[in-house]
Amino acid sequence: MPAHSTSPGLWTLAWRRLRQDRLAMLALTVVGLFLALLVLSATGMVAAHWEDEVGVNYAPPSFVGPDPAAVRTRAAEQPAPPNAFDPLADDIRAIRAQQGREAPPDMYGIEDPLAADLAALRGAAAAQHGPDVERRPTLPFGADKWGHDVVKKTIKGGETSIVVGLVAALVAVGLGTLFGALAGYFGGLVDDFFTWFYSVFTSIPSILMILTVAAVLQQKGVLTIVLILGLTGWTGPYRLIRAEYMKHKAREYVLAADAIGASHWRKMFGHIFPNVSHIALVQMSILVVGFIKAEVILSFLGFGVPVGVVSWGSMLNEAQNELILGKWWQLTAAASAMALLVTAFSLFTDALRDALDPKIK
Amino acid sequence: MFAYILRRLWQMLPTMAGVVLLVFLLFNWVGGDPAYILAGKMSNPEAIANIRKQLGIDQPYPVQLWIFVKQIVSFDFGTAWSTGEPVSHILATRLGPSLTVLVPLTILETAFGIALALAVAFVRGSLTDRAVMVVCTIGMSISILVYIIVFQYELAYKLGLFPVQGWGEHFAENLLRYSTLPILIGLAVSIAPTLRLFRSFVLDEVNQDYVRTARAKGLSEGRVMWVHVLRNAAIPIITYVMSNLPALLIGAFLLERFFGIPGIGREVILAVERSDFPVIKAITVYVAAATMVFNLLTDLLYQAVDPRVQLK
Repeated sequence: MPAHSTSPGLWTLAWRRLRQDRLAMLALTVVGLFLALLVLSATGMVAAHWEDEVGVNYAPPSFVGPDPAAVRTRAAEQPAPPNAFDPLADDIRAIRAQQGREAPPDMYGIEDPLAADLAALRGAAAAQHGPDVERRPTLPFGADKWGHDVVKKTIKGGETSIVVGLVAALVAVGLGTLFGALAGYFGGLVDDFFTWFYSVFTSIPSILMILTVAAVLQQKGVLTIVLILGLTGWTGPYRLIRAEYMKHKAREYVLAADAIGASHWRKMFGHIFPNVSHIALVQMSILVVGFIKAEVILSFLGFGVPVGVVSWGSMLNEAQNELILGKWWQLTAAASAMALLVTAFSLFTDALRDALDPKIK
Repeated sequence: MFAYILRRLWQMLPTMAGVVLLVFLLFNWVGGDPAYILAGKMSNPEAIANIRKQLGIDQPYPVQLWIFVKQIVSFDFGTAWSTGEPVSHILATRLGPSLTVLVPLTILETAFGIALALAVAFVRGSLTDRAVMVVCTIGMSISILVYIIVFQYELAYKLGLFPVQGWGEHFAENLLRYSTLPILIGLAVSIAPTLRLFRSFVLDEVNQDYVRTARAKGLSEGRVMWVHVLRNAAIPIITYVMSNLPALLIGAFLLERFFGIPGIGREVILAVERSDFPVIKAITVYVAAATMVFNLLTDLLYQAVDPRVQLK
């Protein structure tokens, strides 16, 4: 037995408290699964070929069975039975008979200037992809307008949405921590400046701020949306971190660090930051949830991800029109994947806050 | 009191100056030269120079800033680039429809939130309490888009209980016919976070000594909750509701867009889509000013609600 036992630190204690909360552990598992899926999809192990048109357009989920209407239309490719009352019936019959015999019309005598190029391109495409694979009438959870597998699309869309949420939250918490540390540690004029900056940012509602920056930047892209969210979301962490730094800078351990000649930077981030990092962590997980929701709304409105990149927001945008046609599966897939992740993340955040700060209950 | 208000207004000036500077920097510096957007694809140097002259962006930055400040003070932002409608007219006509939806929504949300929070706090710690909180967490996780898409499809399109979208000429028609479903959806979306928040405000109060005293006097639980606890929980509730109002003006943009309500939020979306900078600039500056004024009003309301609050 050792002569003295080290007392457990903040993180060990927090982890122990978290372990006792069964709901939190369940939520953590769900979040972990989503993150694992994200890594697999980012490295191309899963859903790499989500853009393959594997199903027929709007193929329904397997458990619903193939769409009877689609089967019917395929059967109805044959001409409709002749209508006895149609004054044009004779003409139509004549045209049909002609169609059967003759080659297709010669494009009204105009030669297609691109015919040779098109034939070459089609030949090259066929050589590359091999013969057209048979499109399946049903898929595990249906297909979208182009026949993409909805399950793969949801995974890929989740990758975009979660990465945007995580990176933007990292940017926002990084900025908030830096500003808060400078303002809280130095006080005086520095504090006045950052507090003025803070009050300017908070007097513009965040959603308006996001839309304004989106209007100015004028370019779509994952990086743009990360910057928009990160640069507008730092106010929450700033307020809390600043208050913590003001409290900590007069504590004895900081005075001791001062006495051994630690620099300002070292005191701020080497000594004080580890003692307030749990606040940054909780803020970050709060922001991830908020930013995932914000990204979905921005992409839905068309100010988010560019064309060709799929996210949960762009899926919901497509799903809105599909629902009127009765195709509910893409909406259900994107909405439930997002709801599951956000619920798990929120529950975990609540538990994390309770575990890290047992005084606030 | 008067001196207090004057001092608060005076303190707003630096913040307002910051907002003006921020918006100016964003649009005149980060945003690049709008003349190229306005001139269109088939432009020649003379046309661009002419537009730059009209907008005043051929002037040095300090002069441009001065033009912007004059626009804000005189409420005259010129005309919208895309439609040619005066910006002041846009703001004046879009405010009414927004308020038609937002005022009933805020009143209902606050009333339901308070009633449910007190009811849940009454059974705090029980299975009902926990179940309500879990339902709230799940309800908050579903995107507002899903609520709108599904409710609009099911209730308006499939069942035909409400018009799918539209807006009329008369206030009563708008309020009772066209706003009902947007208000209902807004309520469904906002009740979960509101209830969670209000519950925590109420729970902060129920363990206080004065509650025990009130119970010891033999007051009914209803009176303790609705009179004693509510009056003390009112301050954070007022802060929340008041500080949310200007943000809600913009935040309801999704409702306005889906239901074709010609409000401020929808105007912002349209302006962003069309790169209509004067409209966005005007709305941003005035909403920021409204936020500051509402913060002041909140502080004044504190004193009306709680005589212990001293305004200094």
